[in-house]
Amino acid sequence: MFHSQKLSRIVVLWLGVIGALIATQSFAQQAAPTDPIATLTGSVDGLKIAGDTFWVLITGALVFFMNLGFGLVESGLQRQKNCVNILSKNFVVFAASCIAFFFIGWGLMFGDGTGLIGLKGLWMVGGTDNSPATGDAYKGVYSAINWTGVPLMAKFFFQLVFAGTAATIVSGSVGERIKFHAFIIYSLILVGIFYPITGHWIWGGGWLAKLGFYDFAGSTVVHSVGGWSALVGAIILGPRIGKFSKDGKVNPIPGHSMTSVFIGLFVLWIGWFGFNPGSTMALGDGQLISHIFNTTNLAACAGTLTSMLTAWFYLGKPDFSMMVNGCLAGLVAITAPCAWVTPGAALLIGAIGGVWVVFAVIMFDKLHVDDPVGACAVHLGNGVWGTLAVGLFATKAAPGSTLEGLFYGGGFGLLKSQLIGIAAVGVFTVIVNIIVWKLLKATVGIRVKPEEETEGLDIGEHGQNAYPDFVVTQPAGIHAGAQKT
Amino acid sequence: MKKIEAIIKPFKLEEVKEALSEIGIAGMTVSEVKGFGRQKGQTEIYRGSEYTIDFLPKIKMEIVVADDKVPDALTTITKAARTGKIGDGKIFVLPVEEAIRIRTSERAEAAV
Repeated sequence: MFHSQKLSRIVVLWLGVIGALIATQSFAQQAAPTDPIATLTGSVDGLKIAGDTFWVLITGALVFFMNLGFGLVESGLQRQKNCVNILSKNFVVFAASCIAFFFIGWGLMFGDGTGLIGLKGLWMVGGTDNSPATGDAYKGVYSAINWTGVPLMAKFFFQLVFAGTAATIVSGSVGERIKFHAFIIYSLILVGIFYPITGHWIWGGGWLAKLGFYDFAGSTVVHSVGGWSALVGAIILGPRIGKFSKDGKVNPIPGHSMTSVFIGLFVLWIGWFGFNPGSTMALGDGQLISHIFNTTNLAACAGTLTSMLTAWFYLGKPDFSMMVNGCLAGLVAITAPCAWVTPGAALLIGAIGGVWVVFAVIMFDKLHVDDPVGACAVHLGNGVWGTLAVGLFATKAAPGSTLEGLFYGGGFGLLKSQLIGIAAVGVFTVIVNIIVWKLLKATVGIRVKPEEETEGLDIGEHGQNAYPDFVVTQPAGIHAGAQKT
Repeated sequence: MKKIEAIIKPFKLEEVKEALSEIGIAGMTVSEVKGFGRQKGQTEIYRGSEYTIDFLPKIKMEIVVADDKVPDALTTITKAARTGKIGDGKIFVLPVEEAIRIRTSERAEAAV
């Protein structure tokens, strides 16, 4: 018996082996390539898609990381008693942006439609799409972005983090007095509705794109939209208690942590190495992305130095917070032109941004617009400057560039388109913002009560202290000097 | 017994402490306070706007000493804390009704 059991096991085993061999042989014959060149081309194409996808996702992750930067810069430049609230705003705004952009924002921005708005594939990024197919091979409803050979989800994620950036810009100018729930609702509307509309005009194949308006990485699409929104919000919300005296004096309300501001600045700077070069959405041959890394960086450095010098000579000392604004101004200013200008021009663009931002901060203060962090000066002021700079400095000498600005013999054509775009986006964004802020003010209310503002939004909105162990030594939280109202 | 309250410039704390220790006064309570007298404050500039800080940081030092030690203590503190510039501070002397050492329950002069 033992003998026959062992024998039958051996027979079964060998039958199995033979069967497997037959199966694999026939399978191998079906899969055997008839054309090695086609296989190789397929692999190379696949590698390109893989590489470009990796690039888009990793640069998208860097832009995502900028939310940390914004949170630190903003909380550092405002008072300790509002720290939890500011961090919470920057935290929740990203999450809310994701939901809004996923549900409807992407579709309005990139769906095929009219010159004004996307109409197809509106909901939940669900439209027909055969990405990573590009150009004529693309069959789908998001044609405006069919030029990049990466999967739909990569395109979505990348654009999503840009939308989130626009929303988080606004949190800076409305800090220390906005109601938390009002800000959340506002952000859903910004990212779900009006950011995508202007974005459609420029990156979604809309009328501004057709007009010849160019914005490589978003000085208008992201920063100006955020900046205009921040400006209208700050105005309708009103200034913080104690910021402006009855006699018109501007009272400083110093921030509570320059260390946070410093960390935040460098996080934003490194994030911009995703923001600008990532907008190629392709590795290419490395030339363009390397070029953009450098135009981006040089503008930041120039902005840092000129803002430092401007503060030093005009205000008496090199104000650290002005230098931070200057660096960011350079980065915002180079965002539109980064792909199309020479490194030398990038230095100049950043340098001018650094000077302009210092005066812009002072200007907004004089106009009695209370912007605790300089969001308007940085993002609006330099978003506009950067967009204009395309019309001035664009050159065919930059890798792959077909644009030529005024200073390179291209005449006024490009500059004219840039001006039209700046004006159109400005007018639309301001009008929509006025409507939205006023509606929110009339319905849910946008500003906290004076007692809460004085006690601090950390307690009022969140019921907690950022640093329970650190006693605030200033009377009632308003800076000593600012009490002279 | 008298309580001596001295408001002094913060960087003078170490010097005053050493000087008091040399005349046998080895215990004190110190707090960080803000204040001003004739020293008006300073003007600073933040993001383009000027403001004056009225309240300047000071150190408040409190010691309780036996009556006979008071004149020495006052001279010592004054000498050690003086810079000659405005804002040097002030010293106040108050009567003390009772003093108790918690560990041993000693009272009055034995407690300080």
